[in-house]
Amino acid sequence: MAKNTRRMSNEINASSMADIAFLLLIFFLVTTTIAQDKGIQVLLPPWSEVEPDPTKLKSRNVFAVLVNADDQLLVRGELTDISALRERAKEFISNPTRREDLAEDPSKAIISLKNDRGTKYDTYVQVYNELKAAYEELWDEVSYRLYGREYDEDMPQAMKLAVRQEVPFVLSEAEPTNFGEEQ
Amino acid sequence: MAKFSKKRGKGTPAISTASLPDIIFMLLFFFMVATVMRDASLKINVNTPVATELTKIKDKSLVNNIYIGKPVAQYQNLYGTSPILQLGDKCVRKDAIEREIPLFLEQHKLKVPESRHPMIYSSIKADGKVTMGIIQDLKTALRKANQLKINYSAKPRAEG
Repeated sequence: MAKNTRRMSNEINASSMADIAFLLLIFFLVTTTIAQDKGIQVLLPPWSEVEPDPTKLKSRNVFAVLVNADDQLLVRGELTDISALRERAKEFISNPTRREDLAEDPSKAIISLKNDRGTKYDTYVQVYNELKAAYEELWDEVSYRLYGREYDEDMPQAMKLAVRQEVPFVLSEAEPTNFGEEQ
Repeated sequence: MAKFSKKRGKGTPAISTASLPDIIFMLLFFFMVATVMRDASLKINVNTPVATELTKIKDKSLVNNIYIGKPVAQYQNLYGTSPILQLGDKCVRKDAIEREIPLFLEQHKLKVPESRHPMIYSSIKADGKVTMGIIQDLKTALRKANQLKINYSAKPRAEG
């Protein structure tokens, strides 16, 4: 009898193995980040054969960003570094000090982006990203003022619309120039 | 004979394999979840730029992927070294964009129920070093084909 119990104790109890396995499975399920597709969402304007009317805009309401084939930025006639673009765009749209040369009202502000066919795609995405970031930050500010929360995609549609009505995203892209060398 | 059977009885018992199915299933589930299916192998080099203002692509069946980049070394004698488009597994040169894009979009639309057609968008996965010329041609072609929802694919940048 004593001999028999000794032999039994030699066998490892495997009944908890499944639990351990499931624990590991759940751990990996929770911690693994699946490679996700992310990107900057853009809505293109519809194509029209007729040339757009050169609508007259007050120059104070237009924030012109030009990018040349050497990936340099010209913002309202000044050579600017990309790191300063976001702040300048924000200041232009919101115009907190009511300056005469900046936008009359956020709803009237227009950002005009023009690049060259030789501009690097990377630079273009960076510039677009900064301009979008400027708007996102302004939306956050408006959202905090109105609802006391950050602006995000999951908030109710009505709130989003209200925020975006106050500061609408207006970014017009002009036909690119053709000076630089294309690869 | 008795000596024999006694010896066999004293040997170490076999390791229990009862948990082996669990481990196998665990591995199976793990790989099922972590694997990302790629519908076509890339013939071009694509290294998307980094950005911060990103939107997640929610429903992959509604997205058609347009890759832009320079052909990899083994295809360079076939397609040259200047950037080209890859639509599915088809490589398209710059001068054929206008013709191929509507075809590609129609082919993708067939796989999507009609009620969801307005939600389709194009994900542009372009290499950062490509110049805007080819992108502009693609944008014009997309606008002409009335595919206005696009997404410039980018990698998230770690930002404090």
